[in-house]
Amino acid sequence: MFGYTFQWKQALARLPQMLDGAVVTLEIALASMVLGILLAVLLTVFRLSGNRVLAAITTTWVEIARNTPALFQIYMAHFGVASFGLHLSPFTSLLIGITFNNAGYLAENFRGALKAIPDTQARSGRSLGMTPLQSFRYVVLPQMLRIAFLPMTNQMVWAILMTSLGVTVGMNTDLYGVTQDLNALTFRTFELFAIAAVIFYLMTKTVQFGARLIAARLFRY
Amino acid sequence: MFDTSLTVADLMFLARGAGVTLLVTAIAVVLGTLLGIAFGIFRYQVGAVWAAPLTFVLDIFRSIPLLIQLVLANAFMGMVLRWQLSGFTVACAVLTMYTAAFCAEIVRGGIEAVPLTIRRASRSLGMTWRQDMASIVVPLATRVALPSWIGLALGVMKDSALVYVVQVTELLKSTQILITRLQEPLFLLMICGAFYFLISFPLARLGGYLERRWTND
Amino acid sequence: MIEIENVRKSFGSLEVLKGIDLTVNKGEVLTVIGGSGSGKSTLLTCINGLEPINGGRIVVDGIEVHAKSTDLNKLRQKIGIVFQQFNAFPHLTVLENVTLAPRKVLGMSKAQAEEIAVRQLTHVGLGDKLGVYPTRMSGGQQQRMAIARALAMSPSYMLFDEVTSALDPMLVGEVLDTLRMLASEGMTMICVTHEMKFAREVSDRVAFFHKGVMAEIAPPAELFGAPKDPELQKFLAATH
Repeated sequence: MFGYTFQWKQALARLPQMLDGAVVTLEIALASMVLGILLAVLLTVFRLSGNRVLAAITTTWVEIARNTPALFQIYMAHFGVASFGLHLSPFTSLLIGITFNNAGYLAENFRGALKAIPDTQARSGRSLGMTPLQSFRYVVLPQMLRIAFLPMTNQMVWAILMTSLGVTVGMNTDLYGVTQDLNALTFRTFELFAIAAVIFYLMTKTVQFGARLIAARLFRY
Repeated sequence: MFDTSLTVADLMFLARGAGVTLLVTAIAVVLGTLLGIAFGIFRYQVGAVWAAPLTFVLDIFRSIPLLIQLVLANAFMGMVLRWQLSGFTVACAVLTMYTAAFCAEIVRGGIEAVPLTIRRASRSLGMTWRQDMASIVVPLATRVALPSWIGLALGVMKDSALVYVVQVTELLKSTQILITRLQEPLFLLMICGAFYFLISFPLARLGGYLERRWTND
Repeated sequence: MIEIENVRKSFGSLEVLKGIDLTVNKGEVLTVIGGSGSGKSTLLTCINGLEPINGGRIVVDGIEVHAKSTDLNKLRQKIGIVFQQFNAFPHLTVLENVTLAPRKVLGMSKAQAEEIAVRQLTHVGLGDKLGVYPTRMSGGQQQRMAIARALAMSPSYMLFDEVTSALDPMLVGEVLDTLRMLASEGMTMICVTHEMKFAREVSDRVAFFHKGVMAEIAPPAELFGAPKDPELQKFLAATH
């Protein structure tokens, strides 16, 4: 049918190496999500603080994260930072780039989630004698989490997909990097990247499925 | 920082890169949107079961890295089919499908957001399916879908930075070439970032504004 | 005892309370009636310190509510409030809604808090709804849960802010029955309400608010039987 002989066996022989790469990919995605959520919470607090300088930091961060390519953000974390004499490893640059992106998008999601919860909820908590912090922690936050959960799942999927950009700053231990190196070795471009695509697909589907299970357990109301 | 060896010719080089970014984006967004609307309406009309194969295929475009989509398409065309396609064509084709996959979701969501009672009301007034679509569903669905669509178009522009992998020299690749030559990464990246930002930021604001205005009704 | 002395409150240029003087004694049931915008609901949110005031003072059991040194969180444990909107916490079951504050604010153990919660919920007729999420319940049930939630803090005073106004007419009765029960048990209560029949039945005194002023206050028989204030006469004529 095609004037091309597929050599799946030869490519599949490299599967163990690629799966090792997939683990690295998941590690980076997970780490960037954890850091991204923490930073997004901080940015949200900045935004609500009433302090102009802190609010401006949040706005700047969020708008740059949302209005420039993720690849640009990774370049900044690598080449841009390097011009200050700080030479980061590809791993660090990639992690910083994705974390920056995650935090920006998540901060925006958190803002939306916060707006969706009526003031009367926090007020009810206060009227029962809770401190503002207790009222936020036990009344507002759990409801916010439910609204922000789906966007957070989507961001995790994006984080996994974004790890593939690490190759541009010399990353070669993640799934895409490993595949690229194997390609240079064997030239089975189509087969290798098709396998990588399947692995990526399975990873994103697993995350989405897992998130649905967690949501079903967590949000029963 | 402003003590730079950047020449006018280099700036023209960057401008050409920016032009490629905009051209690829425009082609992908226009074709992808048309396809996406067709897919979205199809999915809504035939129902979830019959649309399952299409849904599955479109979902793939949203579940694997764009970089891999580009590499695979390029390898398939070149190595497997032995078609001599330019990188530009491959880039446009892949980005079009990528856009269509997201756009179909937006279109479907927009149609589903039109309450069935409203549609029943319009049909009970004697409107045909087409009249109902044209004068009720499309205007209402557009209100829901347009802000997301603006977001999608901007997303495609940002993601078009990845077409370097099929040898298309768009803005970010042009910037990187200059970085290698001039060794002024921060300055060049800031020019490049500013370009994306100046296009994306106002349009994103517009999308947010429309969303607020239309959800308050 | 709740002592309210010359309390003034403005929202921007709009003065909603124009010098209110009022004392509510232990065990008393006071209902407050009046048209919308008369300032009656605002007074309740000022009493438990949810709103700051612009003049005068409010003293609850010898503690001045708006003094800087006052620990409002502590004070609010004494003063339960139930609002027009039910404000159920949608992410918590009925039982969790009621145990949350006793556990987190009073530091009770789970078992201890649940014992109290079950007692209060049974009291308001929701003993069979413990594991249900509030969104699955009727407005009347949600409102009774909100009352149990406030009661679980063992407050000395209960403030009710138009608690039946957001309810279907069918459901008003069950909530008023709960309030009647509390009144008969000797709870000190201030009820802002539109239910004239209820006010006449349960109150020790009824206060009529008009445009930020307490125009008349008297035992129900007197206030409803022989209203003196012309605005009150108009108001009663319109509501009957």
